[in-house]
Amino acid sequence: MNRAVTTERITPNSGFAKAILGESGVDVNLCYQCGKCAAGCPVAYVMDYPPAQLIHAARLGLEDLVLSSKTIWLCAACETCTTRCPQDVDIAKVMDAAKILGVARGYRPALGEVRAFHKAALANVRRFGRMWEAGMIVSLKLRTRRFTKDLDLGKRMLRKGKLRLFPTLRGARRAARVFSRVEKAEEEREST
Amino acid sequence: MRYAYYPGCSLHSTGSEFDLSLRAVSPRLGLELEEVEGWICCGSTPAHSVSGLLALALPVANLSLVERMRREEVVVPCASCFRRLKAGHHETTESPEVMERVNAVVEPPYQGTVEIRHPLEILSAPEMLRRISTLATKDLSHLRVACYYGCLLTRPPEVMRFDRHEYPMSMDTVLRAAGITTLEWNSKTMCCGAAFSLTETEIVYKLTADILEEARAAGANASAVACPLCHANLDTRQSEIEERLERTFGLPAFYFTQLLGLAMGIPAGRLGIGKHLVDAGGLLPPEPEPLMEAASVVVCRECDLPTRGGGNRE
Repeated sequence: MNRAVTTERITPNSGFAKAILGESGVDVNLCYQCGKCAAGCPVAYVMDYPPAQLIHAARLGLEDLVLSSKTIWLCAACETCTTRCPQDVDIAKVMDAAKILGVARGYRPALGEVRAFHKAALANVRRFGRMWEAGMIVSLKLRTRRFTKDLDLGKRMLRKGKLRLFPTLRGARRAARVFSRVEKAEEEREST
Repeated sequence: MRYAYYPGCSLHSTGSEFDLSLRAVSPRLGLELEEVEGWICCGSTPAHSVSGLLALALPVANLSLVERMRREEVVVPCASCFRRLKAGHHETTESPEVMERVNAVVEPPYQGTVEIRHPLEILSAPEMLRRISTLATKDLSHLRVACYYGCLLTRPPEVMRFDRHEYPMSMDTVLRAAGITTLEWNSKTMCCGAAFSLTETEIVYKLTADILEEARAAGANASAVACPLCHANLDTRQSEIEERLERTFGLPAFYFTQLLGLAMGIPAGRLGIGKHLVDAGGLLPPEPEPLMEAASVVVCRECDLPTRGGGNRE
């Protein structure tokens, strides 16, 4: 709990808090630091800043700290914090908004593999419409260069018929349409 | 009762036994499932981590397909799909602006009419519980099951509106109706590490080990789940966890639909139980069935349901 020390000038109701609000619809200024989110978080033990501290940092406008933190990439999206927050701050959604803002503003994700997984999974869905796990895993390995990880498990799952060797293409065109329209809508939104 | 059915990606691959066992028990319970034609992935965790709009557009694109089928209710067994479809419906119907933004990228536009139902919600209705206890003729009294609900079935409660969010009971109620003992325990809604299975596997090892430990401490000899990712972590990763901790759990993880099927006398092979990595062999009822027992099930003339025992009972 001793790392959120800054020499930056702190502005209440910061522009960064407004950016989070714009991306997610969540107002971090509602947080009164009860710490319930941090207490219930199952992954707080590996985070560099527990969720309550991260929310506070966002409130104070510490953009660098938030967007380059491990915390935002370690959130498992279990939504325990969101469920228990007495002020109805959707903390899990703030974590998503911070990941999205971080990527948009050129911050290097603190956990590259997690980002690689998101990209591999979505590229797969965009192409096939439905997730083709075997293909996604291969593409994840190409991105992370960890070829031997889970190899044995993969073989056991193939033997049990839990991984399909070939993708289906049912719904592929439909998914591709949704993806490209979303991409276009987001480009338009950014340019305005 | 006829429902639209959205299996989602996992139920066609890593969690195919959830699909298999749900399809096996449904007709016996009077549920007809009609798969949504041309459904696509709900986007799951990757979509909401990358784009707020995509995270709503993918599930809503499926809800609009359900409307095209002229169905009002869609059954969604996977906890993550259930969460995402509920999010799509909730956020678009709460705000006309969100609906407009989403419908600009989805075709045909979503009208907001679909009700998203989890099988547990349907099966825990009182008349369904009566049906289950009539159909469950197999003795599974040796089972002591820890029902593991995971995160997304109940959270966040104002969106999911399903069961009690800290200590849910629907799965317990359903399995108890089938004559299966379920346990009070502490980790019903703890996180297993979910989507970190492939990337930050160390987190999954720790969180899943904690859950297995709790289940064992409560006296469980099996767990029951309703989520393919929970199953992947509890079952598929279990032997690795055992190696690391130098400890044996030997705790088979079943989908609750598989346990229901077993209780109804459906053979384990038809429920996909052989697909698990943790061997459940010792817990299964003996097969093949003795002929005598099959003959003793008669169909009630009044309600068209099999009843226990022979004779002229109605």
